[in-house]
Amino acid sequence: MRTTAHVSRPVSWQRRALHVLLILAVVCFMSVFLLLPLAVVFVEGLRGGIAAFIDTIGQREALASMRLTLLVAAIAVPLNLIFGVAAAWAMTRFQFRGKALLGAFIDLPFSVSPVISGLLYVLLFGAQGWFGPWLEQHGVRIIFAVPSLVLVTIFITLPFVARELIPLMQAQGSEEEEAARVLGATGWQMFFRVTLPNIRWALMYGVLLCNARAMGEFGAVSVVSGHIRGLTTTMPLEIEMLYNGYNEYDHIGAFAVASLLALLALLTLAVKTLLEWRYSDQIAPHTPGGH
Amino acid sequence: MRKIPFVLGVLATLAVASAHAKDVSLLNVSYDPTRELYRDINQAFASQWQSQHGDKIIIEMSHGGSGKQSRSVAEGLPADVVTLALAYDIDVLADRHLLSQDWQQRLPDNASPYTSTIVFLVRKGNPKGIRDWPDLIKPGLQVITPNPKTSGGARWNYLAAWGYALKQPGGDEAKARDFVRALYKNVPVLDTGARGSTNTFAQRGIGDVLLAWENEALLVQKQLGKDKFEIVTPSISILAEPPVAVVDSNADKHGTRAVAEAYLKFLYSPEGQALGAKNFYRPRAADVAAKYPGLFPPLKTFTVNELFGDWRKAQAKFFNDGGEFDRIHLER
Repeated sequence: MRTTAHVSRPVSWQRRALHVLLILAVVCFMSVFLLLPLAVVFVEGLRGGIAAFIDTIGQREALASMRLTLLVAAIAVPLNLIFGVAAAWAMTRFQFRGKALLGAFIDLPFSVSPVISGLLYVLLFGAQGWFGPWLEQHGVRIIFAVPSLVLVTIFITLPFVARELIPLMQAQGSEEEEAARVLGATGWQMFFRVTLPNIRWALMYGVLLCNARAMGEFGAVSVVSGHIRGLTTTMPLEIEMLYNGYNEYDHIGAFAVASLLALLALLTLAVKTLLEWRYSDQIAPHTPGGH
Repeated sequence: MRKIPFVLGVLATLAVASAHAKDVSLLNVSYDPTRELYRDINQAFASQWQSQHGDKIIIEMSHGGSGKQSRSVAEGLPADVVTLALAYDIDVLADRHLLSQDWQQRLPDNASPYTSTIVFLVRKGNPKGIRDWPDLIKPGLQVITPNPKTSGGARWNYLAAWGYALKQPGGDEAKARDFVRALYKNVPVLDTGARGSTNTFAQRGIGDVLLAWENEALLVQKQLGKDKFEIVTPSISILAEPPVAVVDSNADKHGTRAVAEAYLKFLYSPEGQALGAKNFYRPRAADVAAKYPGLFPPLKTFTVNELFGDWRKAQAKFFNDGGEFDRIHLER
């Protein structure tokens, strides 16, 4: 960015044409693969008019799926935020045996198919599973209930925050933190005044990705949900349920709920863009010794 | 401080009120194409129960492929009642001691309050001229049916085809095997559930003929228009008996046995039977069936017990790993 600002040579028309062509190609690609499907979701949802849209969204099952999706994300995302920061800290600030192994394990949820992740939890907590009989004796229900939805969502979204933070914290090194300690800061003071300000943008980005996946996950959640409508169906599951239904308004309902889910995603995007714009001066990357 | 008695009074009133009109919730784990049926049944039963007992009932539903639903219940899905596509999927639960082995004798008609059969859904005008089973093995024809490993409807489809070939003059096992193999050669895609296959055929426009539950075929015609699809009833088909049962261990644990039993009995009542017919399931009650002339054309049927002994035997012979169905696929 900085270099282009200083270029004063006249740009040849071929290069300008290339610029335009490239930009056009990107815009076309985005329109076909991103904007068009998004538009279809909203158009289909609104096909029966605003009244039908509101009506289908107001159904007990649809409302319950929205509450559930928000609840699951509200539990999974903060937990993974804490875990992600802790894991990134451990990976970049400490030397210990098995560090490489820990790094590999953090990536596990990315490399395992979501369906397998779901099945793992059934094998652990299902009635036939390892802990199933014990749980049943004690009247604890995990699988086919909200706890399992939260558990698999935590599992699936576990790498996002850590993976955003580790490269950054590695690059930044620990000099500033050490300086803070030498100057008499407590551990928490150091963390909140030095570490957190340094990583906050990467952290925010990780949390947003984590949240998007937590709300949108289908495969793993589908395996452990039991598909009890109004109780254990998150928005993606409810959308599939409605899409496969032949009740009145089911088709509209599927796209109405889908457009709400899309709206939630767009909202997170908007928040991210707004924050980036508001604090654009601070986002300039923190390189070691670079300020 | 003066507020304390007031608060206690409110709490006591609330406690009494909630003890009086208790909310009962019931979980019905069912197969794929019954969504519309149980939406009607649940509404009617809940209002009847409330007027008779004063308790409010909420019936939760879970739908999916019959085999998959059965596995979920075995894994701990807390179903009070199961209403599945075929008896074997409930036998499996009895083997796990979730309900008693004689579950099929506890309700009339093999515990199947409604029946259906397997018919052909074709595109308007029947462009491929499909009239009966032999037309399905014509080379180049595309037949849509789900995967019998996961779908109950698909297993009925498979057994209907096998039974047809077996029932022909001079029919035997070898001929039935050849017929079914030729039929499945014409299947381009095996969906996991009946509803998935219906959507493949009706919404995505794939295939020339859909092997379908009669109720599903009639529903598609009603929802998507008679001007788009026609139903072809073959000369002979299978009598499909989707069974229902109370899951003893769950119902007792939840204290819902009385409601659960009443719920299933309601399916046999005149009102339940009428709602079944309205949703295109063949009612057991002849007087209810008579109110829908032309909807359920008479056809020759055979039962699983008649041709294969019972569902356990049919399952072991055809659909378990290494069974007849797997052998078709190995040879492909």
